[in-house]
Amino acid sequence: MKKIYFKTESLKNTIFSYCPGCGHGIIHRLVAESIDELNIRETTIGIAPVGCAVFAYDYWNFDVTEAPHGRPPAVATGIKRCCPDKIVFTYQGDGDLAAIGTAEIVHAANRGENITVFFINNANYGMTGGQMAPTTVLGQKTTTTPFGRNSSRDGYPLKICELLSSLEGVCYLERVSVTSPKNVLAAKRAIKKAFQNQILKKGFSLVEILSQCPTDWGKTPMDSIKWIDEVLSKTFPLGVYKECAKK
Amino acid sequence: MQMKKVKIDSDRCKGCQLCINVCPKGCLKLSNTVNAAGFQYAIYENESKCTSCGFCFLVCPDVAIEVSRKAKPRVEE
Repeated sequence: MKKIYFKTESLKNTIFSYCPGCGHGIIHRLVAESIDELNIRETTIGIAPVGCAVFAYDYWNFDVTEAPHGRPPAVATGIKRCCPDKIVFTYQGDGDLAAIGTAEIVHAANRGENITVFFINNANYGMTGGQMAPTTVLGQKTTTTPFGRNSSRDGYPLKICELLSSLEGVCYLERVSVTSPKNVLAAKRAIKKAFQNQILKKGFSLVEILSQCPTDWGKTPMDSIKWIDEVLSKTFPLGVYKECAKK
Repeated sequence: MQMKKVKIDSDRCKGCQLCINVCPKGCLKLSNTVNAAGFQYAIYENESKCTSCGFCFLVCPDVAIEVSRKAKPRVEE
């Protein structure tokens, strides 16, 4: 018997503190596996966000630092400019990247910093109890929009991939989800490609990952992945938004 | 001892049932007992039906599953 699927070296044995069915665990594993497959564990520096993934340094077996709300792109810029031979990536949620840190992400992308960003979109503020985030879809019930998000009062969902695709400094943008084995494999390809772009010094790469939040959505894990496929990925269509071949 | 194709770490499992839902051969089910954290966990049965496709591993959010496959006999040319 040969082991074909197993916990990779870049993941520690710590049990994840996430809720049952949360997509963070899958994405942590995909990031760790990509790093091990590219053999860059000794040179990688990750930047954890504020949010559910704030304890990412407990789960990853490589260097991880922690930045205040929304500021990982700014911290990543500093680290990458001081140590250009390191592989620097940020791991951010939607409250972190799309609300508090919109200025940082837009300017880091516009400067074309050679960093990799993983943007986990679960359409609400998961850690603080499921309040409305900029990425909440119209009609979605959250604790601060109990009758559903209303465009005249709360505005429209912020589409980060579409927003950043108009910037010249951006090299690679893709939106993926982790709802089925097929989508998980597609997400892994995107994550690996984002790292490869940085190794080849191609510039700024961002992978947006639609992830389930069963607890705050008030759904079972199975209903949550169905809701992503049926509702969330209609507002946030999956696919490659930008890919450039320039050096 | 014969190694199983799918090994589930019952202490890591939180019983979200995503693996049970995705298994094409119905080789997984939820236990009647709970683990140290108080979650019912996934258990593996019907090993003869399992094809080691790894779907359960791919969707597991807690990396609680390990999948092995019988080594293919080397073809001598």
